[in-house]
Amino acid sequence: MELTGADILVKALADEGVEYLFGYPGGAALHIYDALYRQDKVKHILARHEQGAGHAADGFARSSGKPGVVLVTSGPGVTNVVTPVATAHMDSIPMVIITAQVPSHLIGDDAFQEVDAIGITRPCVKHNFLVKDVRDLAATIKKAFYVATSGRQGPVVVDIPKDITAEKTEYVYPKSISMRSYQPVTEGHSGQIRKAVQLLLDAKRPVIYSGGGIISANCSDKLTELVRLLGYPCTNTLMGLGAFPADDPLFVGMLGMHGTYEANLTMHECDVMLCLGARFDDRVTGDTNKFSPYAKIIHVDIDPSSISKTISADIPVVGSVDVILDEMIRQIKESGRKPDAEELQKWWQQIDGWRKVDCLAYDHDSEIIKPQFVIQKLYETTQGDAFVTSDVGQHQMFAAQYYKFNEPRRWINSGGLGTMGFGLPAAMGVQFAHPDATVACVTGDGSIQMCLQELSTCKQYDLPLNIINLNNRYLGMVRQWQEFFYDRRYSNSYMDALPDLVKLAEGYGHVGIKIEKPADVEGALKEALSDKSRLYFLDFITDQTENVYPMIAAGKGHHEMHLSPRNGDDDDERELA
Amino acid sequence: MRHIISILMENESGALSRVAGLFSARGYNIESLTVAPTEDASLSRLTLVTSGSDRVVEQITKQLNKLIDVVKLIDLVENEHIEREISLIKVRATGAGRDEISRLVEIFRGRIVDVTDTSFTIEMTGSCGKIDAFLKAVPNDSIIEVVRSGVLGIARGEKGLRL
Ligand SMILES: Cc1cc2nc3c(=O)[nH]c(=O)nc-3n(C[C@H](O)[C@H](O)[C@H](O)COP(=O)(O)OP(=O)(O)OC[C@H]3O[C@@H](n4cnc5c(N)ncnc54)[C@H](O)[C@@H]3O)c2cc1C
Ligand SMILES: Cc1ncc(C[n+]2csc(CCOP(=O)(O)OP(=O)(O)O)c2C)c(N)n1
Ligand SMILES: [Mg+2]
Repeated sequence: MELTGADILVKALADEGVEYLFGYPGGAALHIYDALYRQDKVKHILARHEQGAGHAADGFARSSGKPGVVLVTSGPGVTNVVTPVATAHMDSIPMVIITAQVPSHLIGDDAFQEVDAIGITRPCVKHNFLVKDVRDLAATIKKAFYVATSGRQGPVVVDIPKDITAEKTEYVYPKSISMRSYQPVTEGHSGQIRKAVQLLLDAKRPVIYSGGGIISANCSDKLTELVRLLGYPCTNTLMGLGAFPADDPLFVGMLGMHGTYEANLTMHECDVMLCLGARFDDRVTGDTNKFSPYAKIIHVDIDPSSISKTISADIPVVGSVDVILDEMIRQIKESGRKPDAEELQKWWQQIDGWRKVDCLAYDHDSEIIKPQFVIQKLYETTQGDAFVTSDVGQHQMFAAQYYKFNEPRRWINSGGLGTMGFGLPAAMGVQFAHPDATVACVTGDGSIQMCLQELSTCKQYDLPLNIINLNNRYLGMVRQWQEFFYDRRYSNSYMDALPDLVKLAEGYGHVGIKIEKPADVEGALKEALSDKSRLYFLDFITDQTENVYPMIAAGKGHHEMHLSPRNGDDDDERELA
Repeated sequence: MRHIISILMENESGALSRVAGLFSARGYNIESLTVAPTEDASLSRLTLVTSGSDRVVEQITKQLNKLIDVVKLIDLVENEHIEREISLIKVRATGAGRDEISRLVEIFRGRIVDVTDTSFTIEMTGSCGKIDAFLKAVPNDSIIEVVRSGVLGIARGEKGLRL
């Protein structure tokens, strides 16, 4: 039987196993919306803005490992979804974004609601397709999912002109697909792996630095096995948090600009570095000329272009980290060799010395609520068993530092693009993927206002999110940089005329609570977390002047961290930029 | 150093813009770029001349390979290769100058393909260097127009860049 393009699209999504489609309708997408109406396999979630739909699909993908799927109309629908597409692209998140397009014969005529979706999204997608013939539609959808979810994952846009969604053809969904121009490598070069294992076992001051690639490859169990087998220190990037259990003594914390003192110094002093699925981002390396001066570097990555991009690798290994971890563990076990216990003990003594600095200490006796305290209480109250999304700013760093993630896919944030507005819609996607789980969105007074409209979506679908607003009445991260580097000239970083967020939450049909005293923090959290039927907006009025420490300023090395005043500044190495 | 990257790519609309966009987005330079379909209509061949440090060129080839539509590529300068560029050059040619230019064209093994009372149009094929040298040899004020194809290249020997 012949079906219309719109029916074919929806059937293909169903055959691909898509349960939720996050979107927003409009003229060019109406045939598709009509096809959605006539079936019940693919559930459409109506966001309040295409940005919200995009981030929701992204949060769904990050927390479940399945691709997030989005549907938007042409023109403004497309431009509104560009931010989520770029957000997913920077963090290598698998998504398929269907953009409706004006009818084929109008393309290029500056038609109503026409934008060049392929051109606009090209620099921020893994790939994009324009469907020109209804007979190509099903295979194109198959390709889109294949490209999005294989190799280094990423977003794929499929642009479908309206006439194609009305034309008819036979529906055949390909069972499998192969593309001659796209064949991602998974297996690593065995000679390189052998060299890597040798180097690793010969190390005196080793470190294992892992990132988002471990999460993406679903192999935190293998990473954990390797780290424990060797007894080496492990650090994670912001994108890798949860890949290795944070409460394991071998974990030295996050590294980088706001990483721990012990993680950064371990990186600086190491003689062998094993980098697994991380990309030496500039927030991680600081000044590349000062980066890990004594280290021989092994870099495992599925994307050859990540290797030796910013930091040269001594032993590059291209392949999927799960396959390579298996092989490394096997070779280490087979070799019967163990790391040099004496050297390793000396190394750990040194690391423990750095740990004693207690770089995450903060004032527990404050009369004003400290943001760190809220996160610590959130961790305790949820017993570490929540999904935590965040927006971008100081609150994001506090969440990363003070919530201990012991499992992968629990920490959901925009690392590469740093998109304010991500947190709330992402939390919606997480809740759809995990209906019974506790989902908290850690946000700030600036960020929450960037996708606030999604509170209405939360009401429509009864999403019992816990919004933890660390309200410092500032664009805090901006204020912090102005304090440090612009002589306290606080240009446009103050959030004047904040709305009454409690009333706003109530206006949307949710529960809002304002918390002003440290003594009330735990009670409010307990109240919100114990009620699984409603969304709670907790507006914590926090210390306006709090800063994120440690901090490595631009142009500085890992050994030049700026520590909190609470840690004292007696060590010359920890100078302020 | 100068590199000649030869690329086989799916002959899809927009394929060229992916390559051009990659170069502009990442700040790589393109000295020349030529594109045409191959004997297999589903494939296009691009020849791209670029320059940069080894590290930059390594990133360029990795980033090109990462484009989903790129099937295969090689850097021709890594091995023995032949490169050619074709140019069409219109020059003012009057009086004694006419003879001088004809002589130059002969020395450089070009051809005069169009003639008027006051001008010649010359077709010149060869390496970039040869065309540059010819353009230097012709009196500067006589040049009316220069059209260059950009570089084409192929590896020496029996091996070819194909599927
Ligand atoms: C305000 C702010 C502050 C920040 N501060 C910090 C900070 O202090 N510390 C920090 O770490 N980050 C920080 N970031 C985040 C930073 O910008 C980067 O997003 C992050 O460091 C990148 O993490 P990653 O290296 O794990 O790479 P990802 O972006 O997660 O990339 C994953 C890498 O793994 C590879 N990969 C994917 N799949 C596989 C596979 N199957 N097998 C092998 N390899 C694979 C990919 O090719 C890629 O190279 C901050 C961001 C913001 C917004
Ligand atoms: C869309 C977007 N615009 C601007 C920025 C730059 N920026 C980074 S952090 C920040 C301040 C965030 O303020 P808030 O959400 O209140 O968080 P706080 O730092 O105060 O915790 C800004 C403006 C950004 N990351 N994203
Ligand atoms: Mg703020």
